Amino acid sequence: MDSNKTLEIGLPKEQFEELDRYIGSLKIDKEDERRTGYLIQVLHKAQHIFGYLPVGVQKFIAENVGVPHSDVSGVISFYNYFTTVPRGKTRISVCMGTACFVKGAGKVLSEFERYLKIKNGEVSEDGKFSIDILRCVGACGLAPVVIVNDKVYGNVTTKQVGDIMALYINEEATHADKK
Amino acid sequence: MSRITINDIQVEVFKDATILDAAKEVGIYIPTLCHLDLEQFNIENKAGSCRICMVDVDTNGRKKMMPACCTPVEEGMVVKTNTPEVVEVRRTVLQLLLSDHPFECLTCPKSLDCELQALAKKFGIYEVTCTGKMSTYEIDHSSKSIKRDLSKCIMCRRCETVCTTMQTVGVLSGFGRGFKAVVAPPEMEPLTESVCVFCGQCVNACPTAALTEINYISDVWKAINNPNKKVIVQTAPAVRVGIGEEFGLPAGTEATGMLTAGLRRLGFDAVFDTNFSADLTIMEEAHELIERVKKNENLPILTSCCPGWINFLEFQFPELLNIPSTCKSPQQMFGAIAKSYYAEKIGVKPEDMVVVSIMPCLAKKYEASREEFIKDGITDVDYVLTTRELAQMLKEAGINLDKLKDEEYDNPLGESSGAAVIFGASGGVLEAALRTAYEWITKKTLGNVNFKDVRGMEGVKEATVDIDGLKVNVAVTSGLGNARKILTKIKKGEANYHAIEIMACPGGCLNGGGQPYIHGDTSILDKRLKAIYSIDESKVIRKSHENPYIKKLYDEFLIEPGSHKSHDLLHTQYFKKNK
Repeated sequence: MDSNKTLEIGLPKEQFEELDRYIGSLKIDKEDERRTGYLIQVLHKAQHIFGYLPVGVQKFIAENVGVPHSDVSGVISFYNYFTTVPRGKTRISVCMGTACFVKGAGKVLSEFERYLKIKNGEVSEDGKFSIDILRCVGACGLAPVVIVNDKVYGNVTTKQVGDIMALYINEEATHADKK
Repeated sequence: MSRITINDIQVEVFKDATILDAAKEVGIYIPTLCHLDLEQFNIENKAGSCRICMVDVDTNGRKKMMPACCTPVEEGMVVKTNTPEVVEVRRTVLQLLLSDHPFECLTCPKSLDCELQALAKKFGIYEVTCTGKMSTYEIDHSSKSIKRDLSKCIMCRRCETVCTTMQTVGVLSGFGRGFKAVVAPPEMEPLTESVCVFCGQCVNACPTAALTEINYISDVWKAINNPNKKVIVQTAPAVRVGIGEEFGLPAGTEATGMLTAGLRRLGFDAVFDTNFSADLTIMEEAHELIERVKKNENLPILTSCCPGWINFLEFQFPELLNIPSTCKSPQQMFGAIAKSYYAEKIGVKPEDMVVVSIMPCLAKKYEASREEFIKDGITDVDYVLTTRELAQMLKEAGINLDKLKDEEYDNPLGESSGAAVIFGASGGVLEAALRTAYEWITKKTLGNVNFKDVRGMEGVKEATVDIDGLKVNVAVTSGLGNARKILTKIKKGEANYHAIEIMACPGGCLNGGGQPYIHGDTSILDKRLKAIYSIDESKVIRKSHENPYIKKLYDEFLIEPGSHKSHDLLHTQYFKKNK
């Protein structure tokens, strides 16, 4: 592994090693035309490890999967799920699929934005929270749906926004105490 | 084989043929825009994204509008290509394309060479009826070679296919999606931040002005009009077989004499030839080849005339930086000699001399700006114009090239051998080197100077040349995708060559990124190729080392190939570039 690359973008070496091990475990044949098929799962893993996919990580993936950097960047830019900028520690995702939208997801989103004083796509100044929108998570029966990190909240009303936020603000505070 | 009917004509085609292929077979024209078929190089872009080739298809009673360029034929298909309904659909497609295209035709560099404009004319679009949001993007002027104006991009992906599939450079790719989607380098960064080698094949492939060259015409006019500057010009081998096309002459016209006359009319103080320095390159390169073959070390030797390929090497194969010849390219050698030997001869200070190159190439613009070629603030070459830009300048000046009487190059930097002109075609540099190396090694006259095995448009050519019992294995490759294959072999130690010629553009410089647009018609390249070898045939002197002005240059100035002075002026080195 090229250690210069890790230094260049200031991400921990261990994280690159973890990604390297993962890519290694896939046993990708760099001369096989089908190698691009691995790209999405590698990106998934990488975003899980790093939290986001900056250029340095993209180039690392390009080199190790054996595809041009432009392909990696192109795939990332296509999917909403992938992000090239760091997101908040707590990610709030509001579903704006048709069902959720009809059931008032727009208002729920506005309430989160008002509460956290950030807009959709932004990160709070302390880096703790970020808001994104999603397109249909397939849980239309629960519309409107909000996902916070990996937890799904259904039938969310604007009134519940404060309660949900309180859970995570408290959690943040407890973590801080432990440290 | 499948049988189908197109406009009541029966046609039988191979099973995997498209409707467009079948229509071509029987001479039926279907308009295309995103489709690009570089048949010679086995490269086809059939993204099916523009929909201008829509045709009416009836497959066993199921009627549908289908894009002809990417719909495979099916037994019994009945196709109509020109019903009123089809024409109306195409017109709508054009309206939609134009609804997000700037109306700058009057000031657009591709005006009259634009495939979208040509279609709008063909379909009689005199008014744009669809209006809506327009895409606006910052123009990328970052490089010395290629200008990107995404507001003119129609998402045909032709550039992406040549960049990624043909050249395996992989800079251009789809980015984003929906209305905001573009074809761009990773993360929409400027070209200079990418691994772009500036071969310019994307510019040749682009149907609009989304990709064009960075233009230096006004700088050159300024230099010519400056009475304190001695402005001299050099013309690359491939320019003379391309420029005629810009003036309505048939493809493959040998326009050497008209070209020199035209340049003189423009006001250059002296009109010289890059072919002269191509001969000089052979002197140095053949010397280096013989040294390395004799010692049997650091083989194979790779040619270094093509700056696009050198860039590719520096980015993609940094572990092989030691194997190309250290010779500068003919363009740079010319500049170095002009600003030393020639400047001294005519009593002009190098800083008062301006060297302009006319090149079939966009990477040459980048090459001229490389730091290694600037010494004490003096650049070997000051401005590089493409064949297309020169045609533009001539037109601005009201010079009809096709009407001019032939003139000769000036001396002492204008005389050249047949070996020099073939630099313009894939295989030529190696053939030229062999002509000289043969005579230097054997001390015998080479009777048949034609090494036909290394000629032609094929991507990879191999030959074994018998030089008095010494078997020299050579390979010639053009197109960076092919070069990658050979370089990978070398890296793995699987190649057994002594010398390899590599050119970035498929077919060599005659298909360079600065040549007149061929709009996918590769038969034009065959004609340019023929013209190049016909010029070679017509020369009395066909070996570089027999060029009398080259002999004189060594006698008066350089002493001998590989001398200290030669190394100082005519050789260079290569550097790793970070991906």
